[in-house]
Amino acid sequence: MITQILRAGPLASVQDPGRFGHRRIGVGSGGALDPFAARVANLLVSNDVTAALIEVTLGNFRIRFTDERVIAWCGGAFPVQIGQDKISAGHAFLVRAGDELVTGAPQIGCRMWLAISGGIDVPFVLGSRSTDMRAAFGGFNGRALHDGDDLPLGEVTAPARAHMKTMREKRLSSWSAPREWISTATRYPKLRLTRGADWDRFNTSTQEALMSGKFTVTPEVDRMGVRLDGPELKRIEASDLLSEAVVPGTIQVPPSGKPILLSGDCQTIGGYPKIAHVITVDLPIVAQLRTGDEVRFQETSISEAHSLLLQRERDLDRFRIGLDLKTS
Amino acid sequence: MEFIPLGDSALLIRLGDDLEKLAPRSFENILGALQRLEAAQISGVVDLTLSYATIAVFFDPGRVVEAGAPVGNLVDWLTAKIQGALQKGSKRKQKKIESRLVEIPVCYEQEFGLDLDEVAQRAAISIKELIQLHTAPEYRVACVGFTPGFGFLSGLDQKLATPRREAPRTAVPAGSVAIGGIQTGVYPIRSPGGWNVIGRTALRMFDLQRDPPALLSAGDRVRFHSITRAEFDSLGK
Repeated sequence: MITQILRAGPLASVQDPGRFGHRRIGVGSGGALDPFAARVANLLVSNDVTAALIEVTLGNFRIRFTDERVIAWCGGAFPVQIGQDKISAGHAFLVRAGDELVTGAPQIGCRMWLAISGGIDVPFVLGSRSTDMRAAFGGFNGRALHDGDDLPLGEVTAPARAHMKTMREKRLSSWSAPREWISTATRYPKLRLTRGADWDRFNTSTQEALMSGKFTVTPEVDRMGVRLDGPELKRIEASDLLSEAVVPGTIQVPPSGKPILLSGDCQTIGGYPKIAHVITVDLPIVAQLRTGDEVRFQETSISEAHSLLLQRERDLDRFRIGLDLKTS
Repeated sequence: MEFIPLGDSALLIRLGDDLEKLAPRSFENILGALQRLEAAQISGVVDLTLSYATIAVFFDPGRVVEAGAPVGNLVDWLTAKIQGALQKGSKRKQKKIESRLVEIPVCYEQEFGLDLDEVAQRAAISIKELIQLHTAPEYRVACVGFTPGFGFLSGLDQKLATPRREAPRTAVPAGSVAIGGIQTGVYPIRSPGGWNVIGRTALRMFDLQRDPPALLSAGDRVRFHSITRAEFDSLGK
C-alpha cells in the first residue's frame, strides 16, 4: 500500500533513528533530528520505535491516505487537520482511505514527525532508512519528497491492527503523550551544555560570553547545523587545528567568532575548535530552532546529562507500557 | 594520551598532537589502537573512528550503564575499559598491523585537471614533473569526512602544496583528484569544493553496491599512478 504526497512543502523527507557504525567512511548518523519525538510518534501508532516516518519542515504539507491506518505526529506547534478534525500533537488518529492530512506553517518551531502505522517501507541503505540528502542515498530515492510522490507503506503489524480496532468508534485518541515530549519548540530556548574538547583554547571572558550571552539563530539553519549570531567568541591562539570527530550538539567556532551548533546531518569530522556540546536530552529543542529564535546556554555536568537521559528513557519505557494497555 | 568527552555520548582519545610531524610509525600505532578497541567489543560502544592522531569512541550511555557503569561516573568507567583494552593488546606480542594499499589510476589531462596549469605554475614546475611528484609518494588516509568516502591524504610533496581556491566551485565532478593545502584527495561524489583539481579517476570512490561502499578508510595507504585518456575511458566502462 502507499500514501500520496500531495504537497511536500519547503522540505519533507523519510527518516528513522539514524545510520550508525559508518563514521569511518565519512557517513554520519543523520536520521530524525529529534529522534526522541520520532520514537514517541511511532509508539503512538503501535509501530516499532525504529520505524521510518516523515519529517516535515515548516509545514505547507498535504498527504492522502489510501487505506486504514493510525497516524500521530510530534514536534513544533503546527496546525494539523484531517477534514473537520483538528489533530493535536501526541494524539493518535484513525485515518481511512481518501482522508487527507493538511498542515499549515507552524506558529513556533519548524519540524514535525508524522508516523503512520506500518511505517514508510523504503529499502535499508547502510542499515537505515534515513535520507542522506547531501550524498543522495537512503530514504525515498535518496532525495527529499516531491509533490506527487507515492510512498510505500509497510504492512500493519498485529498490535497496530488491534489498536485500529479500538479506534473505529472514536477516531481521535483522548489520551496523548506528555506535553514536554511532543512540543519542544520555544522562541527563547535555554540549552544545557558541557565543556568542549577545546574549551581551554578560549579565554575566560569568551567562556563567560558563551554562558551569559544571547545568541540569535541566523537564516543559515538546516539539517546540518545552526549558525548563531551573538557575542564574538575569540580564540586565544589562531593556529590551525587538525580535524577531529564532531557530533550532533557540538558547538564549533570558526575564525569569524560566530558559533555553529551542529545538527543531525553534520559532517563526521571538523577542523574548528569545539567550545562546548549541547547535551543529548536538549537536542530536540535544537531540532526546532528557526531564524530569529533567541538562544541562551547554561553549563551542566556530563553526569547530570547522563542522569537526565537515563531518566527520560525510564519515563519513555513507562509510557510505552501504559500505551500497550490502552491500545490492545 | 588524553581522554576528552565529546558531549555526553562520545569520547575523544588524543594519542598525539600533530601527526604531520610524527613518524609514519605513529599511523601504525593509531591503527593498532583502533583494532584493539574493535576487538575488545566494549559494551555500549556503538561506533569508532579515527582522524589524524585521534580516535573517537561513540557510546550509548544507557547501554554502558546496563554493562555496569555508575551513572554518576560513566566517563571514568568507560575510560578505564578503553585503557584496559589498549594495554591488553600492547602487552601481547604485537603482530605487525597490515594496512591496506589502494592503487588509484588517475588521468592527469587538462580536460579533467581544471587547475593543473595553476598548480604547476605556482610550483614552477612542468606538468610532467607535477605528475611525477604526485604519483611518487605512498600517502596515508588521515581521516575520512567532508562527504561520504572523501579521504584526506597525508604525505603530499611540499612542492605541490597549494592553498584552496578563493572561490570554491559549486560542483566538482565525482572522481576529481585535487590538492588542498598540504593534503590531497579524491572527490567521491559530485559536490561543492575548494580544492585544486589536477586530474580524474574512473574508480568509484563511493559505491553503495559495494561493501564497504567507500574505497578508502582511515589508515589505508594510497598510491596514484598516471594513465592515458584511452585507459581512463576503458576503465570507466
